[in-house]
Amino acid sequence: MNSYLNKTRPLVYCPGCTHEKITKGLDKAFDHLKLPANKTVIVTDIGCSGLFDTFFNVHALHGIHGRALTYASGLKLANPELNVIVTMGDGGLGIGGAHVLASCRRNLDITLIILNNFNFGMTGGQYSATTPTDAIVGSEFLNHAEIPIDICAVAKSAGATYIAKCSGHDADLAKKIAGAIEHKGFSIIETLGMCTGRYTKRNQLTPKTLDQMITDLPKRSGVIEKNQRPEYGERYRALAKERTTFPEAVTIEKKITLQGYQRQEVVILGSAGMRIVTAGDIVCYAGLCAGMNVSMKNDYNITVLRGQSVSEILISPEKIGYTGIESPTIVLALSDEGVQRRKKIFATLKPDTFVLKEKSVTIPETSAEVVEIDFKELKIKKQDWALASLGIMAQKGKAINKETLNHALKTRFNEKLYRIAMETIEKMTSASS
Amino acid sequence: MALSFMEGNEALARGAIAAGCNFFAGYPITPATTIFNNMLSMLPPKGGICIQGEDEIASMGYCIGASMAGKKVLTATSGPGISLYSEQLSFAIGSEIPLVIADVQRLGPSTGSATRGADSDIQFLRWGSTSGVPVIVLVPKDALDCYVLAVHAFNYAEEFRCPVFIASNKEIGMTRESFDLDSITLPPIVERKLFSGDTYLPFEAKPNEAPPFLPIGGKTIVRQTSSTHGPDGYITIDPEVIAQNQARLRKKIHSAQKRITLFEENIKKNSDTLIISYGVTSRAVEDACKTLESRGNPVSTLNLKTLWPVPEDLLMERGLAFKRIIVIEMNLGQYVNEIRRVLCDKNVEFYGQMDGVLISPAKIMEVIENE
Repeated sequence: MNSYLNKTRPLVYCPGCTHEKITKGLDKAFDHLKLPANKTVIVTDIGCSGLFDTFFNVHALHGIHGRALTYASGLKLANPELNVIVTMGDGGLGIGGAHVLASCRRNLDITLIILNNFNFGMTGGQYSATTPTDAIVGSEFLNHAEIPIDICAVAKSAGATYIAKCSGHDADLAKKIAGAIEHKGFSIIETLGMCTGRYTKRNQLTPKTLDQMITDLPKRSGVIEKNQRPEYGERYRALAKERTTFPEAVTIEKKITLQGYQRQEVVILGSAGMRIVTAGDIVCYAGLCAGMNVSMKNDYNITVLRGQSVSEILISPEKIGYTGIESPTIVLALSDEGVQRRKKIFATLKPDTFVLKEKSVTIPETSAEVVEIDFKELKIKKQDWALASLGIMAQKGKAINKETLNHALKTRFNEKLYRIAMETIEKMTSASS
Repeated sequence: MALSFMEGNEALARGAIAAGCNFFAGYPITPATTIFNNMLSMLPPKGGICIQGEDEIASMGYCIGASMAGKKVLTATSGPGISLYSEQLSFAIGSEIPLVIADVQRLGPSTGSATRGADSDIQFLRWGSTSGVPVIVLVPKDALDCYVLAVHAFNYAEEFRCPVFIASNKEIGMTRESFDLDSITLPPIVERKLFSGDTYLPFEAKPNEAPPFLPIGGKTIVRQTSSTHGPDGYITIDPEVIAQNQARLRKKIHSAQKRITLFEENIKKNSDTLIISYGVTSRAVEDACKTLESRGNPVSTLNLKTLWPVPEDLLMERGLAFKRIIVIEMNLGQYVNEIRRVLCDKNVEFYGQMDGVLISPAKIMEVIENE
């Protein structure tokens, strides 16, 4: 037999520990499969199962408690040719439960060997997620109030494509480990074993009782037919390959020269569904096509279909520093919720600030010039109020003009949407002229 | 002329792509989510990998695994995610695993305000891991900086084999703004130094440097471990070996402090006041000082883009000439402690604000004028 074991690093387990059997079983499995050492990595968790990587002459990554599967997944995604084997105890299983579930769901081609010895051997034999309720362990009475988890049952419902369970003293252990490694997809092999340093000191556990436990539990011997599906890496790569278009940055050429353009601060106060962000975008595009610097901040609820939607835009021939609104030149008051969100600004508005207010909207007292418009009367749908307001701004030459607005709409929308938008805009420019 | 229009998060993602990033794993969190969205649309067409972890801990684990396989990796989160990254970060720091982490900061503590900015994590990023080993933290002031600093971050991560943070802020990450993408000159791309000798010991390195790299899965067998290790990557309890490695982890970063120092300055003749700031706040500082200068009150500014390692040489050199030094931060006083430590014989004044809104130029002028 060609051994992968590192002769300079002999096994250091307690006498009688099942981990030794599993180490040797894994070595035999490697030999059986003739895995190239430099195409194989052992990723180990914390605890006595975390010693595995030190015994083998293959690539190794020993990481943080419970997280072994996360490194294994990163390695396998980055290098699909790697044979990735994870060793983890019942401790890692408990603390890293989310990663076990995710691995079962995902089905990346990784083999997880769970070394279940029913307790935390390294820290003093405390109870783990697999400690029997009636066991006597280093946690006083705590395990008597809980029940152990059957990880194989959990893995099955989480979508694992391969689940095996056996005693660590099983004569066919190497073959069973090899079977799990050979499976294309996520495979779990749970081994039951004896922690002679801690657990078996106070609990009756022998290779024979382990065999009995295996017999008493539901049989787990490999492929789970109902969960079969393509391996994640292959599926991922096939799907990703369809994404061929790299999204280039939105870049807008200067097409229009504006004389004497002064810095503008535009605040659009509306609600979800009124396409406030789109309107803000268009104002920015209008500025950009005139070679202006712009900045834009949006404020909307996490429940995106309800609540205020506010867009704050700066347009300036100078480079923009501070991006807050200091002295708005234009305020579009299109909904009460939006106005409420920024109600404090109204008292600060200067007399030359242009406020466009929809008839149904109430605004606080202000010394600014307020133009009221009845969009309902004009039969403009609420979702178009913001867009229609841009038509009025352009007509009056407030921050944008007809030329920059037209250019912005053309750049921002496709042909069809552009035509629809222009209809609304033209309706407004004729209504407000 | 043509201006590009994007938010800081998109700029950061584009910078990462320009740096050669080919792996991203993350978990959605406001205000960092759009970095993830952007990487998800940009990486597959470039042949890169982008995945969503089951949580932040897993995302960082995927990044660590992929980095050890030789990928250039990025992840992005906000304060609550940095908390969850912490144990994995300690691993990456101690075991010299290159990573770039974008922290789009929001107002903390804890869940805090998902959509309100603050420079909440400035000390947390430096000290949020066990053992106190230094990390590199860069801080952008705008979208353009997000783009450029992403490249620097990857370069530093590759050279020093350590996590490098980009401490962005909601007010940069989620603010869309224009900048001239074509006018940018990026630094030359630095790749990880690969081992080329006969016998590879994964942590054998010169006293002030990171060890040369070989990937897990390559021809040569590689060991990586989160445990205290010797040059061979096996656990050691030899105090001399431990001490040497601990010292090297510090020295490799501290000895390069001067070279890692990125900053902007606007030193005015006849000014006796220096405002030190960083990040989005430095923009308001510039605006305030421009106004003050037009009123005949010239004030100098220093905008730090490298916060860790602390640019001590720069602070000493620049601080010396000024009678009055004011530090302004979008928190209640985190980095000012470093500046006071370095400029210990100066009276360093401080103004901080943590209320979910940007510090305004008007407020800064008030602070400067209120002597």
